[in-house]
Amino acid sequence: MPEAAIQVLDVVKKYGSRVVLDQIRLDVFKGETLVILGGSGSGKSTLLRLMIGNVKPDGGDIVSLGKSIARMNAPELAAYRKNIGVLFQSGALFNSMSVADNVALPLREHTDLPEETIDIMVKIKLELVGLREHAEKMPSELSGGMKKRAGLARAIALDPQILFYDEPSAGLDPVTSAEIDQLIIDLNQKLGVTSVVVTHEMDSAFRIAHRMVLLDRGKFIVSGTPDEMKNSQDALVRQFVYGLTEGPLTARRRGHEYVDDLLGGPG
Amino acid sequence: MNQALNLFRPIRAIIEFLGGLTFLLLDTAVTIPGALLSKRGRRLGWQNLWSQMDRVGVKSVPIVALVLFCIGAILALQMAPILRDYGKIDSVADVISVAIFRELGPLVSAIVLTGFAGASIAAEMGTMVVSEEIEALEAHAINPIRFLVVPRVLATTIMMVCIAIIGDTAGIIGGLSVGQWFLGINHQQYVTHTFDILKLKDFVTGLVKAGVFGALISGQACYLGLSVTGGAQGVGSATTRTVVYTIVALITVDLIFTSAFYFLGL
Repeated sequence: MPEAAIQVLDVVKKYGSRVVLDQIRLDVFKGETLVILGGSGSGKSTLLRLMIGNVKPDGGDIVSLGKSIARMNAPELAAYRKNIGVLFQSGALFNSMSVADNVALPLREHTDLPEETIDIMVKIKLELVGLREHAEKMPSELSGGMKKRAGLARAIALDPQILFYDEPSAGLDPVTSAEIDQLIIDLNQKLGVTSVVVTHEMDSAFRIAHRMVLLDRGKFIVSGTPDEMKNSQDALVRQFVYGLTEGPLTARRRGHEYVDDLLGGPG
Repeated sequence: MNQALNLFRPIRAIIEFLGGLTFLLLDTAVTIPGALLSKRGRRLGWQNLWSQMDRVGVKSVPIVALVLFCIGAILALQMAPILRDYGKIDSVADVISVAIFRELGPLVSAIVLTGFAGASIAAEMGTMVVSEEIEALEAHAINPIRFLVVPRVLATTIMMVCIAIIGDTAGIIGGLSVGQWFLGINHQQYVTHTFDILKLKDFVTGLVKAGVFGALISGQACYLGLSVTGGAQGVGSATTRTVVYTIVALITVDLIFTSAFYFLGL
């Protein structure tokens, strides 16, 4: 049994009275790329935010790199975050800084390295994502794919043990999306990091995943390798994986008291 | 029952707002020494502070100077007929200097700075929330209070004091210009009156107010900016609320200060 980098233990998360995650259990093994699949509002982004410590669970616990995130105090959480990297959906680059300064920021903030060493490290990270020649550009001068690559260079600045990706392919054309996927695979292989990817882009998910889980209405429906997911006989999994127009997901949306709504009945 | 709840909702919102703002300002005050003096991140801290001082203060100097020059001139023209009736036209300088140094200099400078820097800080912070930059800072173990709020609050406080001094001077020059050209008051006479009437406490109380106003403007702008929800519309709403709430807060705090100084005999 491989060693777990992250253990999600019966996590419950609510927003008001709405239960977003309902007793979720999940292990992410060291060195693997785990893809969390799910439709909009399924709770996958909330799960990612719980794993990076930006949100606290209402029940259960998350043990990451051997420590409970829910019980961490501020300095412990800061120490944990220095060991992880996060690529946000938009790249989340700091717009007032150049690409190089964005990548240098974690190094300047958390290390005592001299500026010359930081410059070299920034060039290495930017070369890894293919952006070295764009180091002096401002984020507003970059395309969507370049912003994500720059965000990725910043995420790996401190050589993290775990990398989290929030919708890495969202809003990108197929070629750029494939480039980002290849980058995720390369970083996983070259740096040996554990990767957790949240997405609903199936092509991208099948390219990068060692293992996949499908989240629906705050619960895990299924977990398996990409081949197991493709061959699943579960109607919901098949509809999600193959993007079918008929199935339990669409039936659920249609079944919401449409007639009652039109005629002013209950609901 | 529902009506009673509806009545309490705005009161609860006000208490929540004041509580949140107080916590932010306390958090900022506690974080300041570490932000400027700790070994790591010190260079960035000072660099951030300089760039914010330039953005908040230096660029608003011409507007503050122009507005207070006009206010000094207006005050002189308004007071002149009344004081002339009493044969005290020279006292125009006295009235203007006390009014400007104790009250109008800091307050008007702060109102201009609210529109100039407060709105811009709130919009900037709100946009950073929407574009996930704040979340990214936290994910990189960088405290947004230390990295973003501290330099803005410090810069606005320091620059507000400097701008108030410039504004006070511009107001006096406004009054002096009108006195010289329209009221027949010799400029040397005007300056002598100004220095005779002004005491150190007038200058100091005005500057104390200015410093507090500066912290209030940026603290409120940062708080409302960081509380943005709902995308571009939320950013617009935070910007508007920053200007309106801050002007109300400035005048309220000014009243509290003026009352305190009055009863303390300052």
